[in-house]
Amino acid sequence: MLENIISQFRTLYGVCSHMFRRYAKRGPMYEVVGKKKLWETVQYPEEMPYLAPRFRGRIVLTRDPDGEERCVACNLCASVCPPDCIALQKTEADDGRWYPEFFRINFSRCMMCGLCEEACPTYAIQLTPEFEMGEYHRENLIYEKEHLLIDGQGKYPGYSFYNVAGKSIAGKDKGDGDGEAPPVDIHSLLP
Amino acid sequence: MEIILALLKVFGVLIGAVLAAAVLTWYERRMLGLWQDRLGPNRVWFFGIGIVVADMLKMFFKDDWIPPFADKPIFVMAPAIMLGSIWMAFAVVPFAPGIHVIDLNVGLLFFMGMSSMAVYGVLLGGLSSNSKFALIGGLRSAAQMVSYEVFMGLSLMGVVMITGSFSLVKIVEAQGDLWFVVTQFLGFIVFMIAGIAESHRLPFDLPEAEQELVQGFHTEYSGMSFGMYMVGEYMGVVLVSVFITTIFFGGWLGPDFLAWTGIAWLSTVTDFFWFAVKAAFFISFFVLLRAAMPRPRYDQLMSLGWKIMLPLTLLNLVVTGYVLLMQT
Repeated sequence: MLENIISQFRTLYGVCSHMFRRYAKRGPMYEVVGKKKLWETVQYPEEMPYLAPRFRGRIVLTRDPDGEERCVACNLCASVCPPDCIALQKTEADDGRWYPEFFRINFSRCMMCGLCEEACPTYAIQLTPEFEMGEYHRENLIYEKEHLLIDGQGKYPGYSFYNVAGKSIAGKDKGDGDGEAPPVDIHSLLP
Repeated sequence: MEIILALLKVFGVLIGAVLAAAVLTWYERRMLGLWQDRLGPNRVWFFGIGIVVADMLKMFFKDDWIPPFADKPIFVMAPAIMLGSIWMAFAVVPFAPGIHVIDLNVGLLFFMGMSSMAVYGVLLGGLSSNSKFALIGGLRSAAQMVSYEVFMGLSLMGVVMITGSFSLVKIVEAQGDLWFVVTQFLGFIVFMIAGIAESHRLPFDLPEAEQELVQGFHTEYSGMSFGMYMVGEYMGVVLVSVFITTIFFGGWLGPDFLAWTGIAWLSTVTDFFWFAVKAAFFISFFVLLRAAMPRPRYDQLMSLGWKIMLPLTLLNLVVTGYVLLMQT
């Protein structure tokens, strides 16, 4: 009974004195506390919060080292997308490369889950640590390919799908890519 | 001249009470920030005090939605009852010698009556909302107030016995030698705890326990009718602090540190200064309670009231009576 009452007062004292300990410029606690920040609040617009490299924010489409689009319009991202916010249409270039005719992400539905990034076989679609995408009109949150495509390679520099995938395009036959082995002769009996 | 002075006092107290409550919303958030290692509102104006104005504007322009299932007349009236009754109680507070709206010879009873009336605001608001959470909140508040009302009144009886009057001015003047917090320490403790329960502040905010009851009795309220509950609650905090100051801590009594100037009206200023300092101390203590104390369970609250507080009050009453009898 008495213990409980004393405990209540100890709590009150602890919380109240915490303020002085924390804010004391001089005193026995200065060495310990003086170097600490006085508050945990991040004052956002002036002071940016720390965002982890793997933070899942705004989605971008990256390019391969040659500056070509990485996206091959396989539709895996669109099919895995839980809120169905990705829409794209495959088309083919003259040299045999596949690319999306249009690529549309509705960011008003996107929940930044990152499943599209995991599904992407060519590292084309990537989530970036950018989150300041506020708009006054909902239509402005629908990003077309021109808004999504960036010039760089994103998180996987040096990766080019056509160099490793064994698909023939104009100027590069099967197995000619840097990371490719020549095609196996399936009629040969030798190992 | 007389009338103008009286009107000045009336409106000064009315507006002062609301202003104190409004500033308290900001003060509370800043102090909580201090104790919880965060900042609190610091954007608008100096130290973020403009948040008071911003909040007020927001409240006024929000849609005051009355749910179709509510009991309309009572639903509209309930916040006004709460706010009005707490507002009325400020009329008997002597802020400084001569600075009071009215010196009722039953001032203490008037305060008790008005703070009891405020329960009707909470209770009717909970009932007329016609919603489960609001009903439970209203019910809890009714039970809590009824039990805490009992010894809130009884805890003040020791002071009344010593003073021999219900008038608050007389009570303050009777503390010239010794504040009643010394002679009536048990009464002070009990009155303070009952006061927290009366203004349903955080350790005892069971009527609006937001973790269990959404927002308790004002779940269905929005816009300015919600704002009236909010202002009423903060004014309740100010009211209880002011009454603790008046009854137990000598009200305006304190060293007249501006006496050397020889200007007569400055003594009133110092008196009011001491009153405000004491009241501000208790307001801060209320905020500290909010920062530090967890909410008790409902049955714990009730058993604390009936099993500990009431016997303590009765003991205090008996001992005070005995000592007074011995002295005469």
